[in-house]
Amino acid sequence: MELNQDKPIFQQIAETIEDGIITGSFGEEEQIPSITDFSVMYKINPATANKGINLLVDEEIVYKKRGVGMFVAAGAVKRLKEKRQTQFYEAYISRLIKEAKKLNISSVDIIAMIERGYDNE
Amino acid sequence: MSSIKIEGVGKNYGSTRALSDINLTFEPDKIYGLLGRNGAGKTTLLNIINNRIFADEGNVSMDGKTVAENEEAQSKFYFVGEKMLFPDSMKVNKAIKWTGQFYPDFDLDYALKLAELFELPLKKKISGLSTGYKSIIKNILALSVNTPYVFLDEPVLGLDANHRELFYKMLIQKFSEKPAAYIISTHLIEEVTNIIEDVVIIKKGQIIKNESKDSLLSQGYSVSGAAAKVDAYIQGRTVIGMDNLGGLKSAYILGERQADADSELEFSSLDLQKLFIQLTNI
Repeated sequence: MELNQDKPIFQQIAETIEDGIITGSFGEEEQIPSITDFSVMYKINPATANKGINLLVDEEIVYKKRGVGMFVAAGAVKRLKEKRQTQFYEAYISRLIKEAKKLNISSVDIIAMIERGYDNE
Repeated sequence: MSSIKIEGVGKNYGSTRALSDINLTFEPDKIYGLLGRNGAGKTTLLNIINNRIFADEGNVSMDGKTVAENEEAQSKFYFVGEKMLFPDSMKVNKAIKWTGQFYPDFDLDYALKLAELFELPLKKKISGLSTGYKSIIKNILALSVNTPYVFLDEPVLGLDANHRELFYKMLIQKFSEKPAAYIISTHLIEEVTNIIEDVVIIKKGQIIKNESKDSLLSQGYSVSGAAAKVDAYIQGRTVIGMDNLGGLKSAYILGERQADADSELEFSSLDLQKLFIQLTNI
């Protein structure tokens, strides 16, 4: 993953870990890399990595075991998918409509494109 | 560990005012970015803190004691400046061991491990090293001395992209495992943006910004779009810079981004480098 400056870095770190959990790279009850690992990998201040991971701890996606490390909580995948589903409209659809309106693409055309693409992907 | 307090520091070089009324605190265990254009006064400030030159006014102190000519305080600092303080004929491995004798917490094994990672030629004379490797040996020492304060003046000067990346990674790893205060002066702002926690910007000998990077970045944004629309939007706002491209215009603005913004305008955040450029232009 490449970091960009459009969004706070800590949020991008949290999202990267979320993606890893959703796609199964980090399994439930499995250990995830440490704050140091993430900081070095993405060349970010450890405080930033910590802030990102704490978001996930607060949402009970990840839990910390003192002196051992950090683990993916049981049920994390299901909860993350539900969260992403509720964010889907804001994150993708509203932007898509905005761009479509700029280019005079009708909602009928968008739906046709979605149906075509959905079967091909 | 105590903070370093800089109070009312000023310095003149002949009739040139190099620093003026600098007030600043460096706290332990934090990574600072000390940013400024060429000749802004960054190196002068670092030289004063590290007892290389004297301030004409003001004071730098720790625990209420001035750090100038104070060996105990200076033993807590390590300064990587432009100058190499080793004799030219000294070999690299000798220079590493030599530094260890002055710093009780110096980690020789770690220094040698870094030397291997950077492929530093240990048997070469210091004078025979390229600019890049001169920077590398200084950085290796800085990461190995284990002083509570480390000052790095242009640490990546002459380093290629691979070595810069390695240096940043080693710095973060070191900081993460054994926190200390790192004060980094650099022109490569983009490369350190995500590493630093606090930002100090010096312009013409004066501090114009001194705060957390996150708070600084939240103060600026850019707006682009049709020139007329942008002109209308920026009325009454603090504009710190503008770019024109035909009928398109971008304006850089200080202040909080308005949520009720015009949908035909494009809003984006300013990164640290853009903000720096706008704040230090002229």
